[in-house]
Amino acid sequence: MSGRKTLLDVISPIMVGPSSSHTAGAVRIGLMAREIFNAEIKKVHFRLYNSFATTGKGHGTDKALLAGILGWGVDDIRIKNIFDNDYGIEYEYEFIEDTNKPPNAVRIIINDKMTIRAESVGSGEIAVTNINGFNVRITGHYNSLLMIYQDLPGVISKVTDLIQRKGVNIASLHCDRDIKGGNASMYIELDSEIDTEIINNVKNIECIYFATGIRKLKS
Amino acid sequence: MIITETFEELLFECSKNKLCIYEQAQAEEAFVQDFTVEHLRNMVYVNISAMKECIENGVKTGELSKSGLSGGDCKKLQSYFKNNPALFGKFFEKITIYALASAEENARMGKIVACPTAGSCGIVPAVLITMSEEENISKDNLVNGLITAGKIGQVISNKVRLAGAAAGCQAECGVAAGMSAGLLTYLRGGSNEKIVNAAILAIKNILGLTCDPVCGLVEVPCVKRNPFLAIHAVTASEMALAGIESKIPPDEVVDVLARTGSLMSPVLKETSLGGLAKTKTAIEFEKQLADRL
Repeated sequence: MSGRKTLLDVISPIMVGPSSSHTAGAVRIGLMAREIFNAEIKKVHFRLYNSFATTGKGHGTDKALLAGILGWGVDDIRIKNIFDNDYGIEYEYEFIEDTNKPPNAVRIIINDKMTIRAESVGSGEIAVTNINGFNVRITGHYNSLLMIYQDLPGVISKVTDLIQRKGVNIASLHCDRDIKGGNASMYIELDSEIDTEIINNVKNIECIYFATGIRKLKS
Repeated sequence: MIITETFEELLFECSKNKLCIYEQAQAEEAFVQDFTVEHLRNMVYVNISAMKECIENGVKTGELSKSGLSGGDCKKLQSYFKNNPALFGKFFEKITIYALASAEENARMGKIVACPTAGSCGIVPAVLITMSEEENISKDNLVNGLITAGKIGQVISNKVRLAGAAAGCQAECGVAAGMSAGLLTYLRGGSNEKIVNAAILAIKNILGLTCDPVCGLVEVPCVKRNPFLAIHAVTASEMALAGIESKIPPDEVVDVLARTGSLMSPVLKETSLGGLAKTKTAIEFEKQLADRL
């Protein structure tokens, strides 16, 4: 699984300093949030927790998160001076210590519409852990599909059937729901590119409210 | 394709297939990543170019980091050596200057190559680029060298997460020193056994190195630790090339690295709850920074 390092992982990435967890990881979280939201971002609110809050400014974590939201890579030298320019989006930060949260955690609210929780787990690796209240674990290592749907029997098999018909292999599948018959989320990691036809077909399944493809991280 | 996970397996496969470590490693990596060896080598060269660029940027500027805790020492060392040649000569001067250059760039939010981590980003490049300049090493051999270093780090990472938070600085600057020792031994014509032995001699002598960064920033003691451990790598390489062997076999040393990391108190693993980070002066820095940032 993703825990294993490749040789290239050990001698990479090319990134702006100073910290793989607090800088590169923060850029990656921003990039994943941008990818998941998948629409124009006008306003973003970041709440940084614990080590992200206490050492975040010294590590440029605040700058790095915004850079990711703007679609910049981990090696973008503009990150250092990112606050010097206007990008047509509103952004604000809160810094909070909360021992119930992981050490390097952040909550991002985009356009007052979507809430994404994520953490930097070390060595530049990240995980998006919650989207609008649904637990997920998106690491950015795989292209994937994310769906919110009504918790009814047979939905999972309908979705996997559509994927299987395209000859695409599933690397992993995660589900979560609020209450029986209520809202549920499904998150599927794929071994190949995201096929827009699969997404369109998934959207046509009656009880699926929301479906989006999430590309794996390049940076 | 056999993917070697320990030093014993790596040396066995290399000897069975009559390959250098880099040849075995690049074949494995190309297989795992599903691209050609040539593509891999091109990517590795991009990283070498980035290391060189980082050093060039770092030696030019004396700018301080945002916290003010680091920066300017690379300049100091350069001016000092101009009038006072280092006791150990040109190599010593370049390696220490280059290691400081990258590590200071990192603290200034400059572009660096994490190798294996951002905090230890000065060590491998200092050795690699110094050799490239002073010994006129071919581009192909530099790539072979960095692949050798990468494989050493990767084998270690199978047992230890390469992060101060996981196993202290021994897993960051320590592993970087091991990678550099292997790299240097390869560039100087050492056998596969000597390459691994150099790496392990370096690792064995940093066991227990803590991660206690002042104010939680990758600056004190991280920046100055880079030149120290780059020179540490040279010592290990020279000893290995002379035929000096670690009495404890490589994989057993890696096991100890992992175990020592687990035994180490969280206070000394990147939490800044102890060690240098909780000295009277560090606490004072913390107060000043909180007012400024």
